[in-house]
Amino acid sequence: MLIYDTRYRSLTIQVVAMIGFMLLAAWLINNTLANLNTLGKPIEFGFFAEPAGYDINQMLVEYNNQDSHLRAAFVGLLNTLLVAFLGCITATIVGVLVGVLRLSNNWLVARIMTVYVEMFRNVPVLLWIVLAMAVLIESLPAPSAFRGDEPEATMKLFDTIAITNRGVYVPEPLFSRSLGNFHLFGNSPLRFDVSLDLIVILAVLIASIFGMRTMSARANRIQESTGVRPKTWHINLGILIVPMVIVLALLGFHLGYPELRGFNFGGGTHLRNSLIALWLALSLYTAAFIAEIVRGGILAISRGQTEAANALGLRPGKTMRLVILPQALRVIIPPLISNYLNLTKNSSLAIAVGYMDITGTLGGITMNQTGRELECVLLLMLVYLVISLLISGVMNWYNNRVKLVER
Amino acid sequence: MSDTHEETIRFVRDSMLPQQEPPASSVGAIGWARANLFSGPVNTVLTIISLAFIAYVLAGVLPWVFQSVWTADSLNECREIMQATWGETHGHACWAVINERWLQLLFGFYPSELYWRPILAFVLLLVAVAPVLFPWAPNKLLWVTAAYPFVMPWLMWGGTIWGPICVAIGFAILFFGAQFLASRIGSLAGLIVAVVAALIWWLFIVGPLSGELGQAMNIGLEPVASRNFGGFMLSILIGVVAIGCSLPIGIVLALGRQSDLLIVKAICVGFIEFIRGVPLITLLFVASTLLNIFMPPGTNFDIILRVMIMVTLFAAAYMAEVIRGGLAALPKGQYEGADSLGLDYWQSQRLIIMPQALKISIPGIVSTFIGVFKDTTLVSIIGLLDPLGLSNSIRSDSAWNGIYWELFAFIAFLFFIFCFSMSRYSMYLERRLKTDHR
Repeated sequence: MLIYDTRYRSLTIQVVAMIGFMLLAAWLINNTLANLNTLGKPIEFGFFAEPAGYDINQMLVEYNNQDSHLRAAFVGLLNTLLVAFLGCITATIVGVLVGVLRLSNNWLVARIMTVYVEMFRNVPVLLWIVLAMAVLIESLPAPSAFRGDEPEATMKLFDTIAITNRGVYVPEPLFSRSLGNFHLFGNSPLRFDVSLDLIVILAVLIASIFGMRTMSARANRIQESTGVRPKTWHINLGILIVPMVIVLALLGFHLGYPELRGFNFGGGTHLRNSLIALWLALSLYTAAFIAEIVRGGILAISRGQTEAANALGLRPGKTMRLVILPQALRVIIPPLISNYLNLTKNSSLAIAVGYMDITGTLGGITMNQTGRELECVLLLMLVYLVISLLISGVMNWYNNRVKLVER
Repeated sequence: MSDTHEETIRFVRDSMLPQQEPPASSVGAIGWARANLFSGPVNTVLTIISLAFIAYVLAGVLPWVFQSVWTADSLNECREIMQATWGETHGHACWAVINERWLQLLFGFYPSELYWRPILAFVLLLVAVAPVLFPWAPNKLLWVTAAYPFVMPWLMWGGTIWGPICVAIGFAILFFGAQFLASRIGSLAGLIVAVVAALIWWLFIVGPLSGELGQAMNIGLEPVASRNFGGFMLSILIGVVAIGCSLPIGIVLALGRQSDLLIVKAICVGFIEFIRGVPLITLLFVASTLLNIFMPPGTNFDIILRVMIMVTLFAAAYMAEVIRGGLAALPKGQYEGADSLGLDYWQSQRLIIMPQALKISIPGIVSTFIGVFKDTTLVSIIGLLDPLGLSNSIRSDSAWNGIYWELFAFIAFLFFIFCFSMSRYSMYLERRLKTDHR
């Protein structure tokens, strides 16, 4: 028989598995088509071009309710990426800090950090998100509390930031001699404007960093030939600051402060409660996991490495920078990136607090309005899948680059 | 010794001094504090800041927790009592909401006269998992474990007892049929025949038979509809089913992903990467809107069952990756050793590979369990009344409008107990199974 002959055994099993898989897939697709026909909505994606008809309160690109569903999904996608980006940065900072402090010699500090980590790791992230939202809405002063001669609430940080139960208003950067915007993708649903001011500022920043690297390379050369390292920090500081100040002055940079107008605050950038709650909860929750990763990574480097570095005469700072960190990062980075991925996927819980990310637009309002569950959910999954695969691709590339080359 | 140095050194002690006590400042509580809290200026500053922080937190939390109102009908009444007792409404908890709603938070809208059923199911769960978790539990309890998957749904949903019994008989047909036929017509053919027989039994005989039996001899419990399920009961129900089913599925997927069979491997990799690449909430959307569309026309099965299926698939994909890590960490010599003993694939997996691979992956497995249990809260988004879903409805109740800390503290506390004890158990298990250098 085919199954007992080692020559054909593996082929037989695979053919049987393939047939079984195809049968299952065919059965599912057949059922789906039959059901959709009965419901009278065959698969088609034409509805994406129709006007969405709903408003989105937090958006990075211009959008109004006459734009198409596809445009709404794009706005949602940008919102997902925004909260994921902000969350990853905050989570990394808090996580590294907590992870290092958990290893502190100070018993009390280490215990407090342990309590933080256990508290956040053992309670669902959705609960943290909903709780953060509830605290923001219920406990912060309403904009009306800022009114009058003896207001109950005042603006923080020299009257520049207003923290209210409708969101946080922070100063916005304005340019009186702005270069304008650069419009991309014509009139398609994916169109967006790029601020030329921002591009110029970034270009100057990159040029400054490049200049600083050139300076320190020169300092290295001088140190290698003469043994004396020239002082470079004041030159570096100048390279970083002077061009930036000149560019900002040329563009007429100033801040637009929020102020009370009527029933609400006007001016400044309005960060909605939903964004802040989601950002705060996701970053604090993920930070607890990152802290454990950082702690594990540092503990994974054997003491011999530190001792060997000391024996070579390296100072503690250089030991950390040249010996410990490069090895610890090899352990830390892969799980760190997979936590970034988790944070991005958890940002889909935005729907619980009404933040309009892609789950809220495409998988929420668009799906309920058009009744096209199959198309919307499939597209939603596809978007997240692409994000995940991109991040995993980066991770694999990094892993291959830093992999220990063994004999 | 004194001979050698007689000429050069004037005096050499030739008897040991008695050992002295260490200085009082380096032992006991003072020594501990000096070493751990005040070992340097930076540490001292950190300690003082930490103490101030702890004092600040405790000064806020302790009066809030303990100087609190336990009996009131609404948040306003709570505040009146606070105003009358302490002269302020802030800084004191209103536990009256928990006092009034705790049964709802635990059981949802399950009929209150039937609370003994979920409680009994929970106690039986503890009995059923004891022989798996603890070595001191008697092995006879494994029979409870085997019966539990059939008893639990019957207890929770009620209905006639014949349904679960008939389904269980199907498993008996599968198991004993395969054993019986293996000696007659070969193990593979026997297995195929037994599977076919069991499938026929489940698909075509169980339904009519249990109906007939139920009419002939009506032994059963009062049925409870799924929409009455809620609270922690629902979280634990979904969590336990997903945890219990995801481990075997995850093992199979991990083996498939490690196998040499190209097509099997491709299918497993595709499944795992797809599930891991999408958020659970999209899978729950599939459960709530699409799963019925994938089934033959006219099928309409229970929302809780659909959610359980999707959560199980989700957990299984993560489990597969964790177990694959364990398999990959096993030295190649173990596989070769198993081969050289003449064991076939399944024997070597069962006796040599899996016990070691699972042991290596215990921390990952348990943290996947914890993750799944925490993720059960997501069902509130598709409208099931888990604790978070109930908290929304309580907060929108006019009597309790504006309450949040007390409610979320209670829910978080219960989740914390479950998840924290799971992680402690995993540490205990790791210590118990540790066989390397002691």
